[in-house]
Amino acid sequence: MAVAVLNQRDYLIASIQSDLSDTEVLQLRDDLAERVGTLRARGLIIDVAALDVIDSFVARALRSIAVTARLRGAETVVVGIRPDVAIALVQFDLNLEPIRAALDVDEALEVLDRMALKDGARDV
Amino acid sequence: METEPVTVQPPAVADTNPPLLHQLAEHLRQNRTDLREEWARRITNAQLLSAMTPEEIFSEVTAVYDNYVDALETGSVETLQAYARDLSERIIARGVETHEVLGIVLLLRDVLARSLFVNYQDDADLLSQILDAYEPAANRIAVTVGVSFVDERERVIRDQQESIRELSTPVLQVRERLLILPIIGVLDSARAREMTEQLLDAIRANRAKVVVIDITGVATVDVTVANHLVQTVEAARLMGASAIITGLSSKIAQTLVDLGVDLSMMKTVGDLQGGLEEADRVLGYRMPEDADDAAPVT
Repeated sequence: MAVAVLNQRDYLIASIQSDLSDTEVLQLRDDLAERVGTLRARGLIIDVAALDVIDSFVARALRSIAVTARLRGAETVVVGIRPDVAIALVQFDLNLEPIRAALDVDEALEVLDRMALKDGARDV
Repeated sequence: METEPVTVQPPAVADTNPPLLHQLAEHLRQNRTDLREEWARRITNAQLLSAMTPEEIFSEVTAVYDNYVDALETGSVETLQAYARDLSERIIARGVETHEVLGIVLLLRDVLARSLFVNYQDDADLLSQILDAYEPAANRIAVTVGVSFVDERERVIRDQQESIRELSTPVLQVRERLLILPIIGVLDSARAREMTEQLLDAIRANRAKVVVIDITGVATVDVTVANHLVQTVEAARLMGASAIITGLSSKIAQTLVDLGVDLSMMKTVGDLQGGLEEADRVLGYRMPEDADDAAPVT
């Protein structure tokens, strides 16, 4: 499968390298949900910059990854959505609210750090 | 028979009418001065072309008259068409209306027809033949001039729409990572889409985190426009930027509530100033007056 998954600090970074078939998308979803638990990740970054098109199936899968990961204790940030892809995504009648987004991996790390800080402050 | 550039006329007419049309054009040339003055006088009496001075009217009248007679004779309306376009370009800016242009052409048609009646009143057959030749040619000229004028006006309108569209969607960077998008005028689907594209490109180019969309200049908001705004905000979020809407007038807010548009996803602030302050807060700048409760976010 053309997805590289890296482990960085408390975070998982999944970088999608090429278009995925529907089966591969589902496989990725299960795989990420599994790994978030075993690695005790607090954040999940999915890089979709290589995707020219995000159809409603992939969009739904991204949302379900985000919801699943949250239940397993990790916040999801999708990075690298292109302008035309963003316009297409909002035309689907799909609630994308669970999906957080950032411009690139740097930004996403910052977003996750900030959220961890807030959570930490609340816990103490 | 002479070889004439009969381009547009159907063959049947071309075969029978050129000699008559020649004769007719000859007659109109001989009486040029009188007919032209008569025409100019009737234009003034009918209070057409009120935006132009009598001198201007007279000089245009002369040019149109000559072109008109030529077009009658040759049956080729191309010169007249070019002239009509050129004339339209000049007079549209002066506020000349379509009915005035059609009015003056029909007046000329009437003036010339009357002169023909007077000239050929002794020979009913010839008059009838002359009119048979004159009517279709004159009608075609009237249509040509009218269409040229309307075409020209539509071209001007299209150009203006184009420039309004280009002018009215600037994306401005206020400070690092903060963009402003002031929207002015009517927001239709095409413009909303273009605006969203520009905004998203700018977000990527400037690595913006916050976008303030100011709709003070939008007169009315309906369901369609509201949905466009919701989509724009959502698309910006997918690019990693949060959007703040400012400048919702009380009337528009009322309309949105009445329409039942769900704007709960959108962050709205009353005016642009408030929007910029809110943006600073999101970006983590500390505001002097509320330093106590606005803790730095990072």
